[in-house]
Amino acid sequence: MNGLVGRAALLITLPFIILGIIAVPVAIKRGRRDWIAIAYGSVLANFLLVSAAAAAMIVALVTHDFSVSYVAQVGSRATPLFYTIISLWGALEGSILFWGWVLSLYAVAVVWFNRERPGNLVPYSAMVLLAVSLFFSILLIGPANPFHVVFPVPPDGPGPNPLLQNHILMGIHPPLLYLGYVGMSVPFAFAVGAVLSGEAESNDWIRLTRNWTVASWGFLSAAIIAGMWWSYDVLGWGGYWAWDPVENASFLPWLTATAFLHSAMVQERRSMLRVWNLNLVVGTFALTILGTFLTRSGIISSVHAFTTGTIGYYFLVFIGLVLLTAVAMVAGNSDRLATRGRLDSAASRETIFLLNNLFLTAFMLTVLVGTLFPLVAEAVRGVKVSVGGPFFNRMTLPMIAALLFLMGVGPALPWKVASRADLKEKLLPPLVGAGIMAVIAIVMGIRNFYGFLVFTFVGYSAAANLREYWIGARARRTAHGENWATAVVRLAASNRRRYGGYIAHFGVFFVALGITASSSLRSEREATLKPGDTMSVYGRTVRLKALWGREEKQRSVVGATMEVIDNGTVRATLEPRMNFYPTSQEPVPTPDVRSGVFGDLYLSLVAFRPDGSTATVKAIYEPLLYWIWFGGGVVVLGAIISGWPTTRRRSVVPVVIASSNPARDAA
Amino acid sequence: MNWRRASIAGLFVIPVLGLFIYGLSHDPHDIPSPLPGKPAPTFALEVFAPGQPPLGRPIGDTVRLAELRGQVVVLNFWASWCLACRDEHVTLSEVARHYADKPVHFVGSLYQDTPNNGRQWIAEMGGQSYPSVQDPHTRTAIDYGLYGVPETFIIGPDGLIAHKITGPASARAVARIVDSLLASGTPGKGAP
Repeated sequence: MNGLVGRAALLITLPFIILGIIAVPVAIKRGRRDWIAIAYGSVLANFLLVSAAAAAMIVALVTHDFSVSYVAQVGSRATPLFYTIISLWGALEGSILFWGWVLSLYAVAVVWFNRERPGNLVPYSAMVLLAVSLFFSILLIGPANPFHVVFPVPPDGPGPNPLLQNHILMGIHPPLLYLGYVGMSVPFAFAVGAVLSGEAESNDWIRLTRNWTVASWGFLSAAIIAGMWWSYDVLGWGGYWAWDPVENASFLPWLTATAFLHSAMVQERRSMLRVWNLNLVVGTFALTILGTFLTRSGIISSVHAFTTGTIGYYFLVFIGLVLLTAVAMVAGNSDRLATRGRLDSAASRETIFLLNNLFLTAFMLTVLVGTLFPLVAEAVRGVKVSVGGPFFNRMTLPMIAALLFLMGVGPALPWKVASRADLKEKLLPPLVGAGIMAVIAIVMGIRNFYGFLVFTFVGYSAAANLREYWIGARARRTAHGENWATAVVRLAASNRRRYGGYIAHFGVFFVALGITASSSLRSEREATLKPGDTMSVYGRTVRLKALWGREEKQRSVVGATMEVIDNGTVRATLEPRMNFYPTSQEPVPTPDVRSGVFGDLYLSLVAFRPDGSTATVKAIYEPLLYWIWFGGGVVVLGAIISGWPTTRRRSVVPVVIASSNPARDAA
Repeated sequence: MNWRRASIAGLFVIPVLGLFIYGLSHDPHDIPSPLPGKPAPTFALEVFAPGQPPLGRPIGDTVRLAELRGQVVVLNFWASWCLACRDEHVTLSEVARHYADKPVHFVGSLYQDTPNNGRQWIAEMGGQSYPSVQDPHTRTAIDYGLYGVPETFIIGPDGLIAHKITGPASARAVARIVDSLLASGTPGKGAP
């Protein structure tokens, strides 16, 4: 029954999508505006039908309907309800269904929020989103159909991949990632819509696109941080980023989207970089499809899957079509869109944004090359290689350091041209911040070159960004007689894009410090302990109190109770565990962490004697690690402040009042 | 249309697409196993599903690899929760029957599953011509470096692992390997 509903919904949505795609050009070419309503109706119908399919899948999962192939593949009667529901995105077919659903949701949102916008940009954008939906619908009735009939019906299933049912973040990271990833389809749709409707020459579409990009970018940033947190909490090695192809796939579009958020400002202010921005928007979308292809087609080794089937070839055709559209669009319009403005001076904010884009693009290409290199090596030389941390770290650290420095210089410089006096006044004071952080780095014991550089540059840029707040707030204080707190809040509210952006910068600074300190000053010990034995790491002493085991419904658990001892008193109790799932040979490690402002104590159970006599424990101390998660939260806060939609009705009156007397009085 | 830009873009895009087409034709999981050519790890496992005459063995009987020396052994790891195992089930039963009068011995080994589920599955799938054994604590699966199910190991009369098939086995692949082992090897004393 569930299978029938799902299959039917996915089949019925196809003609709606096709009708909608045809309706838009017909409506515009023939001047029949009423046909656009048909297209918008198709967008809604597609959303309702894909929602029905997703709902049918969730019902099938919850009721253990093993006649549905996807449920037979990832379901199990012993799996707790929460993990049963979220296994919707735990394997290939379900994740494609979820992709399609998020996309249909975005399409409805785009049409709804822009329904009163004049011109043909929104109808064309709806058409593009429907075209992308068409691709995912074809996948869902073809190679990624989750609703195949399984007969005879199996009594039980294997359950989700053990790694995916061991942590609560499985319920948070993937949806965020999809919201970010799929959300990048919207800027792409606007870009194609702008070119088709002839609006690409105005800068209006860039403003619209930027707001939607900020939203997707915020989701993607949150998703990447949540993914790091997840791997930190579940993999047991105390790390959070391994330059794995799947991680890189999520990071690539983030880099180009970040570049776009900055270069869009140059287009709005100076009408420059119009072709470049088109490239970035289309490139970001292409990278999300490429990332999905890399992680879902089985072309690069990822989580266990035997039957990858033919889905890769479908993706390849789609990537080809996207790139063809991109090339035709950019090459076909580049002469018309060629830049009108030009750089007035090397010392200007535009220049810094250009450099920022250069480094971010180079960063993206480096990660892309590193990710694809194993494939190239096998194709050219027939050897299996893997590209790991050392390559990526060596190649990207200089770019990361440079970007951190630019994050301070950019906000400090004015548009167009900075005079010598400007430069002195703006760029010298933040050196105090650089000095302070350099001293802190040395005191903390950071001895490696890039670690020291990161601390110093973060000090510089944080001081520069803080100073922008301070200058603005000071002006408000003198102008309006506000206290500092009010002045800072109203300042941010007066230009949320700008000051929200600076808050996102601060988030990045926290993340940078957290990563640098936790990786350069990490200290690790491993010991085999009998109950009562102690070990110490980085001056922290831990004692093995007991080793225990218990059976749970879907797994068996072995754990060590460890006490953190400080001056003879027990400060905390940690319980690193190993979870054994019936369908997996390998136990899933479940480390336990005590987080603090200054550092994380991370305990992981590595091995144990079945008779309970000894446990081998890995203890890791990582300074400032928690700052990464905190910084991620700050980045997201910055994105929310910067991207939250402005209310439509703007009152003109208060602005007039605000700019009248107090300022003049003060002057 | 700016053809120069278009052709530059094409110059980058086409090799990348070509690379992906190449990549799709290769399975990254197909990491050459170190096992072929090595002696097969021994096992002595208890039959829980008897199979059918003439290949059957009574429930509770112990299948010992050591006693099968001189024969070709096809060892297939499977589970009732494994969807891909359904694809090869009928095939393997038929191939086993085809070699009934040759010194070839098929054994199914149940992986991470209960004998009850296994027997029920066999009944629903229309029976299994050869016996299946249970593998307590998946010791044998670990010995064979099992990555997932299904995996099929073909062991020559000399006791060396001749071949490993990852994923559903096809009749053709199994027959080709078994035939070549029967032809080249000295099939020992032959069937009793």
